[in-house]
Amino acid sequence: MDEAVPHLQVRQLTLQNFRNYDDLHLTFPGGVIAIVGSNGQGKTNIVEAIGYLSTLHSHRVASDIPLIRHDHTSAVIAAEVIRGDRALMVDIQLNTGRANQARINKVAVPRTREILGVLTAITFAPEDLAIVRGDPSERRAFLNDIATQQFPRLSGVMADYDRVLKQRNALLKSAGGARRSNLEAVSATLSVWDEQLVEFGTELMCARNELIVNLAPLVVSTYAEIAPHSEPLSLSYDDSLSRSEERPVTYDPDAVRKAFLQALDTKRQQELDRGITLVGPHRDELRLTLGRAPVKGYASHGESWSVALALRLGSYDLLARERATPVLILDDVFAELDTRRRRHLAERVADAPQAFITAAVDEDVPVDLVGCWLEVDKAEVTQRDR
Amino acid sequence: MYEGVIQDLIDELGRLPGVGPKGAQRIAFYILAADPQDVQRLTDALRIVKEKVRFCSICGNVSQEELCLICSDPKRLLTMICVVEESKDVVAIERTREFKGRYHVLGGAISPIDGIGPDDLRIRELLARLADDGITEVILATDPNLEGEATATYLARMIAPLGIAVSRLASGLPVGGDLEYADEVTLGRAFEGRRLV
Ligand SMILES: [Zn+2]
Repeated sequence: MDEAVPHLQVRQLTLQNFRNYDDLHLTFPGGVIAIVGSNGQGKTNIVEAIGYLSTLHSHRVASDIPLIRHDHTSAVIAAEVIRGDRALMVDIQLNTGRANQARINKVAVPRTREILGVLTAITFAPEDLAIVRGDPSERRAFLNDIATQQFPRLSGVMADYDRVLKQRNALLKSAGGARRSNLEAVSATLSVWDEQLVEFGTELMCARNELIVNLAPLVVSTYAEIAPHSEPLSLSYDDSLSRSEERPVTYDPDAVRKAFLQALDTKRQQELDRGITLVGPHRDELRLTLGRAPVKGYASHGESWSVALALRLGSYDLLARERATPVLILDDVFAELDTRRRRHLAERVADAPQAFITAAVDEDVPVDLVGCWLEVDKAEVTQRDR
Repeated sequence: MYEGVIQDLIDELGRLPGVGPKGAQRIAFYILAADPQDVQRLTDALRIVKEKVRFCSICGNVSQEELCLICSDPKRLLTMICVVEESKDVVAIERTREFKGRYHVLGGAISPIDGIGPDDLRIRELLARLADDGITEVILATDPNLEGEATATYLARMIAPLGIAVSRLASGLPVGGDLEYADEVTLGRAFEGRRLV
């Protein structure tokens, strides 16, 4: 690994009213940290909090509500992050009924998304099977998490795109009834939103394409190492424009913008009829294939696990190469893997500057690699020797 | 449910923005228990604001007369119009002392989510002013957010065929916010650095 790329490390973590913790302070060394405990004791909650700081959402639940301790109105996750030779404090307060509030070095930032990029982390968890087997939205969410960790400003573009999309869909819906009498007036307003949709959408599509181009070789080679007897894995970007036969020739912004506008033009009547926006990055797909068959629906259980693992480890390599070596989080996954996949994962763990591994029992952890053992029992965390 | 007039008061209060049923009930009982003189002052203030304050028949700004103080000021240039979303934006821009023309208050921004389209804003009135007022420049000073941007784009397109110069405030305003939250210096600079669209 390039010496110029800094390593990231979580040195301290504080959780207040987060899940089942009322006030928890932990200090972590570098290297491999095992967090062991039976189900429901709170071991995953610790890595969930670290992951939250890196992506601004839980890897387990869609809403923040379950993260806030029962009978409380807010929760705090605070961490001291070491980046190369610098230390940064980052914290976020999760609130019910009002906006979350984040700080860097105790200074409030206007929007929580401004802490993205402070702590980068890659989490691999049983939930990741959904990336392989779930709806396209799961794969878009996977891409978005990597993209915003690599280029934090993209989260602002995504938020703007989502807002424009909502406005445009609201207009399409309301225009449905009035369109016979008032088509010209609707078109005039619609084209204003088209412009913004195309502006933000083009930026997202170009970023996604670049991400997939960079990510694909890393994921493909990792997959080949984990599953040498399987058909080769490939990743490709199936953007919604290509489905509408307006595929951009290249992914330079001008070509994408032109194709996007053309596609909107072609779909106008259909969009008015259905009351929704039919083209744009909100309908993109990350296509995963093994040999010639799509992974979804065709891959075996073991192959699906291997693809999910390869996607996460490839993302880890990409961030490590282009930004900073992220924190590696393996949540309850060793027990799910066969010997070969376990061995491969253990090799990666051995190389990681900092890795967190949660498991129900010691046997589900690569014991020889662990430098720090934490035992979790009913929200009590104690350090112990092996 | 309470008896007649008390319930009527609760219902009326409940129609105010930001007042829920519980709040309406609390305010109603506060008024019932309050000193009659305090209540008189409140009813006077409500009556007077409705009698005296209206909207300027030219620009739509809040005003105590037929015309607001700006539209009735002979020193203000008749050749420039600054288009804003709300009356409070007029106050913010006046603080910068950068602008010597007159205003046009739209009454909001285009936002389909909230059911607000161009017909719900004072756009027809703006176009009427532009048709016969000898105006040479329109400055679009809508909020620096997506809805404000969409409204400005829409207006720029409507005004373009009239051959009047249209400019937009320079970037540098805090994006995503309201115009009124920008400090005077930033807003003043955005004004000076406005660019033609
Ligand atoms: Zn006026």
